[in-house]
Amino acid sequence: MQTSEHIVEGGRHLRGRYAIVGVGETTYTRGSGKTTRALAGWAVRNAIADAGLRPSEIDGLLSYQMGDSTSGATVAGDLGIRPDFFMDVWGGGSSTEALVGLAMGAIEAGMCRTVVIFRAMNGYSQTRIGGTGRSDAPITGDELHERTYGWRTPGQWFAPTFMRHMYEFGTRPEQVAMVRVAHSKHASNNPKALHRKRVTAADVLASRMICTPLHLLDCCIETDNATAIVVTSIERARHLRHAPAVILGVVGRTCKPRPDMHFQHGPITTVAARWAAPRLWKGAGVGPEDVDVTGSYDAFTFTTMLQLEDYGFCAKGEGGDYVASGIIELGGQRPNNTSGGHLCEGYTHGVSMVVENVRQLRHDADDSCQVGPDGRRQHTHDYREGGCRQVRKVDITANFGWGTPAYGSALVMGREA
Amino acid sequence: MELTGQHLGMTLSISALDHDNAAYFGYCAKGELRLQRCRPCGLIRAPPGPACPWCAASDFEWVSLNGRGKVYSYTEVRHAVQPAFLPYLPYVALLVELDEQRAQPSDHEALRLIGNLALADGTLASPDVVRQVGIGSRVRVVFARVGEGLAIPLWTLDESASQPDSVWRYPELSTPP
Repeated sequence: MQTSEHIVEGGRHLRGRYAIVGVGETTYTRGSGKTTRALAGWAVRNAIADAGLRPSEIDGLLSYQMGDSTSGATVAGDLGIRPDFFMDVWGGGSSTEALVGLAMGAIEAGMCRTVVIFRAMNGYSQTRIGGTGRSDAPITGDELHERTYGWRTPGQWFAPTFMRHMYEFGTRPEQVAMVRVAHSKHASNNPKALHRKRVTAADVLASRMICTPLHLLDCCIETDNATAIVVTSIERARHLRHAPAVILGVVGRTCKPRPDMHFQHGPITTVAARWAAPRLWKGAGVGPEDVDVTGSYDAFTFTTMLQLEDYGFCAKGEGGDYVASGIIELGGQRPNNTSGGHLCEGYTHGVSMVVENVRQLRHDADDSCQVGPDGRRQHTHDYREGGCRQVRKVDITANFGWGTPAYGSALVMGREA
Repeated sequence: MELTGQHLGMTLSISALDHDNAAYFGYCAKGELRLQRCRPCGLIRAPPGPACPWCAASDFEWVSLNGRGKVYSYTEVRHAVQPAFLPYLPYVALLVELDEQRAQPSDHEALRLIGNLALADGTLASPDVVRQVGIGSRVRVVFARVGEGLAIPLWTLDESASQPDSVWRYPELSTPP
């Protein structure tokens, strides 16, 4: 019989041995006018250049997709990369952090030296959530218990979990709306974000209801874009262009006891983070109280709240109070998704939030602050609209990737002492 | 033999290889809600599948359930993504907790099924009925025939049960502080 408790063995693993050395992306648009192949090449090229590497110095590629993108092998060809290792993994949210761990493993195993991880998607102009004709395909297999009942999009799947959280803990819509409020504030200082207008909780609650408890503004934006990060050993990282974002700990697609039976096994208001947290914090050698900036997957306002709660930033059931407290806003104690995240910057299945935290760790968020003679932005820490979004002190960041309530991934990064 | 059906204009198809779903929906066509009970450990599982989630055994038997339970959670859909549901807005996807095997084998576990709120004749519930249902509502199973030897389970307010004085519904009129 499975129990809710499990023992986390080991601890240090590869802490401090690997780093993210390059980050890059395309524009975020609704109508890229490009293939996912072209988008992937664009983002990967930017990430490699950001690291100060040449394409020929990349020898590994990892990507993830759901039949909606282009293989790493094809993208490698477009960039003049001859991979010694590539793999295209099935999946969306929660893939990013897991693939960082797999990249470390591939390098550790001697299969390659430097891995680029990318996600390329035309999430608006090609493969939309639940749409673009896929609704017409015959309903078969386990989908018989879902699509048959008009229950086939992530919002519809997750909604009973969100509703039950409101029921059990008294979580209020206006509290959870504050996730959108915070992320819109952050996006207003991110020139590349799709939705840069600051909104209020009243705006969120006044937007049309999609499926209870999710208003339109509780949901992320279907977006066309690609994003990429470069992972290599700490020894190599030290000779590259930027101060390395050192990988302290990673957990990949940690599951609840039955990832396929979230609703049967319960408690349905508890998500995979509850099981991932002990392994994450022990592996990274830090705890929630040490984290300066979080990147919590915001497919919906509620997913951010549930993850922050179950990774231990507040007590169980107090996520509503936590996200409404101001802590997660720029200027607060521990800002979340300083880029605006999936709700406001654009939806990219998680890589973008790692990109943002790498820039935060470098103290080089790409806001509108002036670039100094040394090529770095001179951050004002004035978080008024259109201003700075660099957090003043960033030594430790954490990313929380959400696949479903039943599985998730996480990544803790830090600066070298 | 492959089973096929039509529901709200959507095509349902059960492969001849998919014995678990074929049996489950086949029993529905006979007006029976049946689930698999593991022979070695005696626990019933839902939704159907080839192995026991608790003891991993593959030996099972189909047992009848009384088809009664309460709403554990739900979502009221106002924006249809599937075109088939456009004429039925708002519609409700219920998470129904069956009376049998509640809080077994541990406190948080139960047989919980997703299905639409319907009227007693199996048609999707009208907006006035949708407004009556929330967490705690007592419901019973009804079946909608969708093809030869094929029906799907749906849920309707249980007229024979005593309904709670109030049920929890999404707080529509909530305003920001």
